[in-house]
Amino acid sequence: MSDIAERVKKIVIDHLGVDADKVVEGASFIDDLGADSLDTVELVMAFEEEFGVEIPDDAADSILTVGDAVKFIEKAQA
Amino acid sequence: MRRVVITGTGMVSPLGCGTEVSWQRLLASQNAARLVTEFEVEDLPAKVACRIPTGDGSDGTFNPDDWMEPKEQRKVDPFIIYGMAAADMALNDAGWHPETDEDQIATGVLIGSGIGGLEGIVEAGYTLRDKGPRRISPFFIPGRLINLVSGQVSIRHKLRGPNHAVVTACSTGAHAIGDAARLIMLGDADVMVAGGTESPICRISLAGFAACKALSTQHNDDPQKASRPYDRDRDGFVMGEGAGIVVLEELEHAKARGAKIYAEIVGYGLSGDAFHITAPSEDGDGAYRCMTSALKRAGISASDVDYINAHGTSTMADTIELGAVERLVGNAASKISMSSTKSAIGHLLGAAGAVEAIFSTLAIRDNIAPPTLNLDNPDVETAIDLVPHKARKREINVALSNSFGFGGTNASLVLRRYDA
Repeated sequence: MSDIAERVKKIVIDHLGVDADKVVEGASFIDDLGADSLDTVELVMAFEEEFGVEIPDDAADSILTVGDAVKFIEKAQA
Repeated sequence: MRRVVITGTGMVSPLGCGTEVSWQRLLASQNAARLVTEFEVEDLPAKVACRIPTGDGSDGTFNPDDWMEPKEQRKVDPFIIYGMAAADMALNDAGWHPETDEDQIATGVLIGSGIGGLEGIVEAGYTLRDKGPRRISPFFIPGRLINLVSGQVSIRHKLRGPNHAVVTACSTGAHAIGDAARLIMLGDADVMVAGGTESPICRISLAGFAACKALSTQHNDDPQKASRPYDRDRDGFVMGEGAGIVVLEELEHAKARGAKIYAEIVGYGLSGDAFHITAPSEDGDGAYRCMTSALKRAGISASDVDYINAHGTSTMADTIELGAVERLVGNAASKISMSSTKSAIGHLLGAAGAVEAIFSTLAIRDNIAPPTLNLDNPDVETAIDLVPHKARKREINVALSNSFGFGGTNASLVLRRYDA
């Protein structure tokens, strides 16, 4: 797993209080990890803070899984 | 009008986590006042507070993880956690866990707070200033709003009846219980989870109340002496934190399911001083009318009151309340016991009236008046027994609990032993 993926995973575990083994690339924040719509807003804010990137609202709406977040951040930092 | 009884109690207080542990420690004259060490107080005039003992949950300590998942705790200010904990305890104590549509819809929640999530608002203010609006959490608002205690309790326990909250400063807890009882009397609900919760102990709150000249500042070197209602050396209140929640129930509803009945709520009175934003009217008129109104509603004469849990904050206002009570009870003064439990737990602001209503209920249950600590030299002479230093065993069938708040908002509750 890349450094970005590890850091994303840690944020998800901390914020959603879920077991590490559930936080896989295809895991949906809402369907698989128990997040509600406010949790996902806060997650996106935490990604912005951690990686120093800005995630506009329309982009945030398309970040539904752990993998989506990693891909977005990798692209933004490339 | 339908009759309303208390069938469950829950409490997180500076004397411990739980109604019984708090009550037993109160009766043993334990004093919760401590020097604040959790944050900087060097530059604050008031450095003493009554904090909830925290720990792993054993020996009466409060462990927030027992009451709310850590990831959820992060989203709310502590007053919501205290309220959730006390509500869980009260519902368990009452054995009321509604599962049918009918029972859920018949059960409401009315929990208030005096000031809500002050510390969280301060922190969000720093975030806004230092990092900008994009860093304000989506949980900032729902984690601070006062009515979110009622909201969270209703969600956890599926209570789908009236959902309400009270904000009347230091009268909040009493107003919440009184208003909830009225909702049951009028048929809006059969069961109400009601009370108050507060987590005010932080720098801005100590600074603000001290600026109002409301806090004790002369006993920082001997914290256990700081809260001393009616004593000539009192110089302000000591801030406390916690929650008190009761389950109120329509009498026949309670009887039909064989619920344990602590006491009946027979009277509730409200009044306004229309005098000053922080000081009570000097003639005690607001307090007097409030108590009179509660007794009239109860159909009880003042001479039948056995115990009064005073508002008694350890400020100059103590003697104003005492004067109003003397006027109320007249020649019966010598048969009444009146104490201020704020001498042991401090002033829990929006939770005070609820915690004190529970103490009044237990005073009836156990026939014992809890003590007024630190009452070494009464400021004025009175025929009323102020229960100095030690709890007093005595017959208590009727108790009156007073709460008065900034803005001149007053509430009195009258509780009576329930005999089946």
